[in-house]
Amino acid sequence: MHLQLNRSKLVYRYIDNRCRCDFVYFLVIRFSDGCVVFLRIEMTSKGIENVNPQRFTKKTKREITSEEEDESVEDPIDEREIFDLLRDINDPEHPMSLEELNVVQITNIEVDDKNNSVKVFYTPTIPHCSMATLIGLSIKVCLLRSLPPRFKIEVNISPGSHASEAAVNKQLADKERVSAALENSNLLEVVNQCLVKSLE
Amino acid sequence: FNIVFGMARLDELCKLPGHQGIVWNVGWNQEGNILVSCGEDKTIRLWGRNVNSDWVCRSILSDGHQRTIRSVSFSPCNKLIASASFDGTCCIWDKSTSAEGNQYECTATLEGHENEVKCVAWSASGSFLSTCSRDKSVWIWEVGEDGEFECAAVLNAHSQDVKKVIWHPNQDILASASYDNTVKMYCEEDDDWVCFGTLKSHESTVWSLAFDSTGKLLATCSDDRTVKIWKEYLPGNEFGVATSDNKPTWKCVCTLSGAHPRAIYDISWCHQTGLIATASGDDAIRIFRIDPESDPNAPILEQLITVPRAHEQDVNSVIWNPCIPGVLMLTSCARHLVRHQFRP
Repeated sequence: MHLQLNRSKLVYRYIDNRCRCDFVYFLVIRFSDGCVVFLRIEMTSKGIENVNPQRFTKKTKREITSEEEDESVEDPIDEREIFDLLRDINDPEHPMSLEELNVVQITNIEVDDKNNSVKVFYTPTIPHCSMATLIGLSIKVCLLRSLPPRFKIEVNISPGSHASEAAVNKQLADKERVSAALENSNLLEVVNQCLVKSLE
Repeated sequence: FNIVFGMARLDELCKLPGHQGIVWNVGWNQEGNILVSCGEDKTIRLWGRNVNSDWVCRSILSDGHQRTIRSVSFSPCNKLIASASFDGTCCIWDKSTSAEGNQYECTATLEGHENEVKCVAWSASGSFLSTCSRDKSVWIWEVGEDGEFECAAVLNAHSQDVKKVIWHPNQDILASASYDNTVKMYCEEDDDWVCFGTLKSHESTVWSLAFDSTGKLLATCSDDRTVKIWKEYLPGNEFGVATSDNKPTWKCVCTLSGAHPRAIYDISWCHQTGLIATASGDDAIRIFRIDPESDPNAPILEQLITVPRAHEQDVNSVIWNPCIPGVLMLTSCARHLVRHQFRP
């Protein structure tokens, strides 16, 4: 279904129990004349939800120290390195990066190189963001592709920042469902679009 | 079979490379001399010994599935192999009568699930096959003598993705484990399959489960990083455990926490020795047994061995050899399988 909607004439929001957190989403649109429309959101469509998100300033480029250029010095993966991998991921809805939307922050990344552990907590822009699972999946895929396979990657929503936090976290932690999701070519395409570096 | 506590060892015997990508599941044939494995590369591989007694890949079954093969299992008669795939189907592979011993061809495709099939299991009698799926359902197929498979039941007891199904070792009783944190039991009643029990105690996804040799105990493992032992209490039991509808009650009699730092993806209960092995997301294999001195109504699991880096990545599946007592065990993870020998 293809709908042309005049945004100034309607109120719309996502309803929790309709958000199945299963990589498929339902949007409820309430028109000002009282009419209610349910829409199933395909992952390839663009439904802008948080219409006017706040833009945050970007971090400066990482300064490369002489020690880091020295190949003989062991250089464990640190929080800043993970942040640099994630900062340019595109938001699925807005032409902005996850860094600009404050979805990923360096203070919400925990790395323990010795114990092969990387934990990322990300913060959806609004507590009902239906794109939360997709954003988390993009972060997970980005790290799976970039880090050596020894790392155990945990991606979670920052505590208290999303209405369906537990359900989204559980799904992102389920490697079997993540594997199956990434075999879905439509979904994979959307994830890849999020991961394409913008040509700034 | 005696185990000297603290003396047990687990030695790596060989690595079996061949699969591309994640190896999801492994299984033995009934004689314990052929191994079957499956994975992300959409192939099923059969492994056996060559003349030098080395384990080698004997044949590769491909073209059955369009997506990841999640689960694979030999039938009790050894003639058939069933495979379950993320493509929503289950394939039945039949051993052809050609001169070469290990040629299988896909003779039936069982369709019906709405999405990924997560597991396939044969009943001990060989009369039934069960599959489960992310569509929350468990299907039971009746195996006809003519090689036909007929759907006998579609069970919708779970509220989420069903991860694993297993059959009781000697009765037509089925158990299923789910993302909804529960285990459910099913039996046939007046020609209908019914769910007669829900085992609630785990706090996250139940990934796998295994009966002991008697079928009176069940071990489950979960994303909540615990292993639980459940005991069957029959109607009128002397311990005063309530039952209903003249059906047994399964009660959690032991919870092992603290031993696994990450999710536990699989559990195998050796029917020869009673040893329990777990496959964990921390790359380790662990072996436990029930302390024979402990109270049967409150058993204690003691840990015999931990192999911290059994694999380079998550261990996805673990299974004891059905014939050689407690000796051979196999696990899988990314790209290769490892065969282990347990030395008491």
